[in-house]
Amino acid sequence: MTDTSTVLPALRVDGLAKRFTLHHQGGVELPVLEGVSLEAFRGECVALDGPSGAGKSTLLKLIYANYRATAGSIRVRRESASAEVEVTRADARTLLALRRDTIGYVSQFLRTVPRVGALDVVAEPLLVGGEADTSALREAHRKAQELLLRLRIPQRLWHVPPATFSGGEQQRINIARSFIRSWPILLLDEPTASLDADNCSTVASLIDEARARGAAVIGIFHDARVRERVATKVIDMERFQPRPGSR
Amino acid sequence: MKIDDFSPAVARDGNFNFAYLDERTKRMIRRAILKAVAVPGYQVPFGSREMPLPYGWGTGGIQVTASIIGPEDVLKVIDQGADDTVNAVNIRRFFQRTTGVEVTTHTTAATIIQTRHRIPETPLAAGQILVYQVPMPEPLQKLEPREAETRSLHGLAEYGLMHVKLYEDIVRFGHVATTYDYPVMVDGRYLMAPSPIPKFDNPKMSMNAALQLFGAGREKRIYAVPPWTRVESLAFEDHPFEIQRWSEPCALCGDTASFLDEVITDDVGGRMFVCSDTDHCLAHRPAHD
Amino acid sequence: MTEDTSPILRVEGVVKYYGARAAVSGVSFELWPGEVLAVVGESGSGKSTLLNSVAARVRPDAGRVSFLTRHEGMVDVHAMSEAQRRLLARTDWGYVHQDAVQGLRMNVSAGANVGERLMALGERHYGRIRSEAASWLERVEMDVARIDDTPATFSGGMRQRLQIARNLVTRPRLVFMDEPTSGLDVSVQAKLLDLLRSLTRGLSLAAIVVTHDLAVARLLAHRMIVMKEGRMVETGLTDQVLDDPQHPYTQLLVSSVLQP
Repeated sequence: MTDTSTVLPALRVDGLAKRFTLHHQGGVELPVLEGVSLEAFRGECVALDGPSGAGKSTLLKLIYANYRATAGSIRVRRESASAEVEVTRADARTLLALRRDTIGYVSQFLRTVPRVGALDVVAEPLLVGGEADTSALREAHRKAQELLLRLRIPQRLWHVPPATFSGGEQQRINIARSFIRSWPILLLDEPTASLDADNCSTVASLIDEARARGAAVIGIFHDARVRERVATKVIDMERFQPRPGSR
Repeated sequence: MKIDDFSPAVARDGNFNFAYLDERTKRMIRRAILKAVAVPGYQVPFGSREMPLPYGWGTGGIQVTASIIGPEDVLKVIDQGADDTVNAVNIRRFFQRTTGVEVTTHTTAATIIQTRHRIPETPLAAGQILVYQVPMPEPLQKLEPREAETRSLHGLAEYGLMHVKLYEDIVRFGHVATTYDYPVMVDGRYLMAPSPIPKFDNPKMSMNAALQLFGAGREKRIYAVPPWTRVESLAFEDHPFEIQRWSEPCALCGDTASFLDEVITDDVGGRMFVCSDTDHCLAHRPAHD
Repeated sequence: MTEDTSPILRVEGVVKYYGARAAVSGVSFELWPGEVLAVVGESGSGKSTLLNSVAARVRPDAGRVSFLTRHEGMVDVHAMSEAQRRLLARTDWGYVHQDAVQGLRMNVSAGANVGERLMALGERHYGRIRSEAASWLERVEMDVARIDDTPATFSGGMRQRLQIARNLVTRPRLVFMDEPTSGLDVSVQAKLLDLLRSLTRGLSLAAIVVTHDLAVARLLAHRMIVMKEGRMVETGLTDQVLDDPQHPYTQLLVSSVLQP
């Protein structure tokens, strides 16, 4: 039996388009992306490149099913299932399962829960579903501590809810939270935007480690040095700009 | 004590139908009684009649007695265990005047005993009928005022609510503080209000040889406990049902096992405890007359 | 999380008329174990009627509501006997009312409020009922010292916590919530939402939450349904519906609130 996982892409995007229809502005249509096709294999880090407004974040949100595609397909190989999942057509339940076990997403902003401390925020993705037993909880906390140490979050903040943290600290909590699980596909939206050089380099190492264990990483890296350091492939998003008049 | 001492003989008044009620009404009530006997503990609605005394004076019990009494019956009427209180005397006179039946104070001699708030201390025998006067037949009423809902609760045997009441008693008083009208389960099925008898009498209801009938005139309900039927007082495993006990015997007859009433004997704090069941007390007193 | 093979609740074409007006017309959806579904819409959109039809508190004029019972598979809740339905409602289901007064016995102690379901199921040990009630008060972050106080003496937030404990004591698998946090102060609301979130996640509760507050939906729900004039105009993952609303009405709803 051959392992097909390195042969077939972890993610395939074909002819993907996204238009926003604003019903309350006279039904105006805002075309953002058109004809997006790309593949990401395990162990790859695909960097999305292009000026702001090129639809980089939109593409990540389409893959995460946060936005709904207007046309085209997004196929994801799910860890636990043999068949691919077609994200643009999957039902809510499949999408939730996909987010649980296959696709991790680091947004630019951390959405905090009011009274939960940083350590628990970071550990949470390991504990979804069911009442965690104490050993699982201890293991999740151990991993969370390790990540918080690497990302230089001072220990005195570990039990403080991140809502009060600085932008850079919140971003690092967000990163820790996303790297705590070994997602097969990892979507990173400007993970290093407000980080200093040391933390940028830690994030770069985390990305390398994720690739080494077989993750397919797709990211937006504003900082050219970080991009050069981590990317194995760069996609120029300007190719997918809708041409005027096209539908 | 002879019955004539407090209840002079009353002649049968032929202007009234036998036992006051008309025959059709008696038949209707008998049908309700039969249904009540067939479904132990279930409250059967009936068309309660206006009686020549006010609600609260035992109109439910009187209608039940009137429907079952015959010329050969021997009637005893008690109120709080006594044959000589106003309510008992009046009801006895009512039946003497409308039926002419023989009356008695002796529990063992009676075929029908109408009671308010007690069960005689002397064990009842097969063939006897105990008729209770019931002010409030619905045990859940204080907890759930909607009648449609209490009927559903009975229908579905959902009685958790009654335990909520007992739970609250323990929270507030450290024990189940209900001492009268203590709720019971009849034959493991229907929750029933035993009428305001002391919980001391509850155990006597269970597996009793006599037929027990309950009549609520104002609320228009009849229910029954047939002979030899299981009647259990509600309780918690760790707060079991217990009956009242007294530290002293009856001051008159010396009995240590009967239900005692406190009697104030003067206005300087003198008091004594005596049997509430007068017939029982008399029978146990040392002979001197 | 294990993969379930059947939804816990299936709602098919539910219709409910009030007079000539259809309060709910033809709503269908499925709910899977552990899933939280928000039903949003303005007042009069039919969301509460939908909730009550699904919770078997009102009988729909058409359609079917099936629940995955523990022993008999999917059962049409409106075809059950009243006894079965009531048993379900006090064991495997919970119902959290907007107004706690409707969901509590105001004149009996907090402990008895929580213990009532246990007593209804035949628990007859005072000590056990009491300690179970105490542990649930703790789980909903209430002061256990108040176990013998009546809800009449409690604040709105505490009453709501007590109502939740009273429902969860039998470990239901499906909980219906009708505007569980509205009517509370903003700070109290935030804490309660946080509690509901951790309870639903921790106990893998399936829940249907009716709310007009999109922030409540965002925080609690995996999926949402947008209702307008008795119809379901949009449904999807919560963040999908809120971040990329498709229907004109949903766009209006989302754009008329401050950053849910």
